[in-house]
Amino acid sequence: MAVMSYVNAIKETMAAEMRRDEKIFVMGEDVEVLGGIFGATRGLAQEFGVERCFNTPISESAFVGAGLGAACAGMRPIVELMYMDFAFVAMDQILNQVAKTRYIFGGKAKVPLVIRGQQGVGRGNAATHSQSVEAIFMHFPGLKVAMPSTPEDAAGLLRTAIRDDNPVMFIEHKQLYIKKGEVPDDPDFMIPFGKARVVREGKDCTIVATHVYVYKALEAAEELAKEGIDVEIIDPRTLVPLDVDGICNSVKKTGRAVVVHEAHRTCGIGAEIASTIMDNAFMYLDAPVVRLGAKACPLPFNLGLENAVVPQTKDIIDAVKKTLYKA
Amino acid sequence: MKMESSQLKNVYFTMNKIRKFEEKALHLFETNKLRGSVHLCIGQEATPATVCELLNPDDYIASTHRGHGHCIAKGADVRLALAELMGRATGYCKGRGGSMHIADVDAGNLGANAIVGGGIPIAVGAALASKMQKNGKIAVSFFGDSATNEGVFHEALNFAAVWKLPVVFVCENNGFGISVPQWESTAVKDLSVRAASYNIPGVTVDGNDVLAIAEAFAKAAERVRAGEGPTLIECKTYRWMGHWTGDPQPYRTREEVEEWKKKCPIKRLREYLIENGMATAEELDAMEKKATDLADEAEEFALNSPEPDPEHVLDDVFYEGGDN
Repeated sequence: MAVMSYVNAIKETMAAEMRRDEKIFVMGEDVEVLGGIFGATRGLAQEFGVERCFNTPISESAFVGAGLGAACAGMRPIVELMYMDFAFVAMDQILNQVAKTRYIFGGKAKVPLVIRGQQGVGRGNAATHSQSVEAIFMHFPGLKVAMPSTPEDAAGLLRTAIRDDNPVMFIEHKQLYIKKGEVPDDPDFMIPFGKARVVREGKDCTIVATHVYVYKALEAAEELAKEGIDVEIIDPRTLVPLDVDGICNSVKKTGRAVVVHEAHRTCGIGAEIASTIMDNAFMYLDAPVVRLGAKACPLPFNLGLENAVVPQTKDIIDAVKKTLYKA
Repeated sequence: MKMESSQLKNVYFTMNKIRKFEEKALHLFETNKLRGSVHLCIGQEATPATVCELLNPDDYIASTHRGHGHCIAKGADVRLALAELMGRATGYCKGRGGSMHIADVDAGNLGANAIVGGGIPIAVGAALASKMQKNGKIAVSFFGDSATNEGVFHEALNFAAVWKLPVVFVCENNGFGISVPQWESTAVKDLSVRAASYNIPGVTVDGNDVLAIAEAFAKAAERVRAGEGPTLIECKTYRWMGHWTGDPQPYRTREEVEEWKKKCPIKRLREYLIENGMATAEELDAMEKKATDLADEAEEFALNSPEPDPEHVLDDVFYEGGDN
């Protein structure tokens, strides 16, 4: 075990995998000398040369599409999007091409492509650099979607993503990059997709949370414990595939559920997860599932306004109490 | 560079194969045996046939919504191609892709592409892989005139030019983006001038002239194989049929279409081969007959092929392990 930051867990995993397999390469905006604006690729160009870690023009459609073409031609590209919001510039390539290639080719192509980058609020990046985009990629079939919340998960899920022969949207969070934690030294350390993590065990209510909301849920849990309320926290870790059993078994135990994420609440993953709970555990529910997510409003620049749009710890506390008819 | 007479005869046969295949597809469409969006390249066969004749079997291409010609020229079995157009289980894509997404990855065809310009960066990526693997393979990106108005065209050309990637950009300019003539949608007359923005050679040729296409492409291929980077080739041609099989074509006159039919690339090459003593009329007739027979065989194969089993509709969304 080594203690490292989330961003270093990502970097070290890429480096270890690049040492193992020379088909793996990294491309994206400013990934070379700068090492990515958050440092996730720092040192890779120095170790592996600019042949295997190189800057692209600011042309997201071109380099995402080139990642697809290279993957079909036997390489294993890792494409960095500087901000996940920039995926929208390359959406034809991601949704019409990358996600569908294998299927519409009748299964005759493999697309071992990782598209990774960070999203979310917290650094004053405002409306077009702070969005949470995971629901879009969960909606369209053909992409796997991972969103780790800890350094260990970042390392284990990224290694699984890199070794997967399918396209993976690997979604990081800018606020989590500095988060430190233990990461196993095992060079083959992998976390399977579709296996949720039980972050905290409890019996009164299940909170399903992703990214920074795992930590906000823990804060809420501490407060609620003072009032004798014992919550269970589940981090799905991957959305495609989604650990339906892991989530629903927890809800069957607690009888209550709050789903919380930073993305907009409307058509967010919370809607899908809440509906999945209803499909599979309705008879166990003692209260309606509560969904928390950002208000239907572009993300504002001002910190106070930003906080007013995305859910806060107090909102989680209130939501849990609502499921217990204590609010 | 001059094509050998054997190569020219191959091109002649390939053009006929494409023509007869598409006439068959049209017939099947008109008799309600084939459905969906079908974009025919009748009249435009010279570019796919000539370019692919000059490629190695393991070179890559990425194609367009008007992609039957590229698929056949790159070596597809017309039976499997027609079966795909008819959505049959035996088709190249097991009936999942259809005319607009037909692919033959084993032959280096990274797919037709129903999004205008969508295949261009994919070809660039295949070229990137070739460069990294140092395997000598090159890629050809086929696209239409309207694709050069898409952002991704410019992004991909710049990307490939910066990295001197082994890709040749081949624009088939048939004069129309669906119903809109080029002059109405595009600020330049010769699309090859757009190469200047990317500091790569750009050349415009008569897209119905096999010899002209061969000369331009051979030069471009030599350049990329030497690691000197991409070329943009514009092949000016004309589609005889509508944009799709149901197109009423109010945007052009019959006379205009008839004028272009006089410039038929197949007829033109036939005359050249005979005049230069490279082939006899009988030899070429036999090729045409063989192309007709292949189309007939393809029809029989496709019509007798099973429909895909809906039980397997979810297969291949993801690779789950195993052989393919």
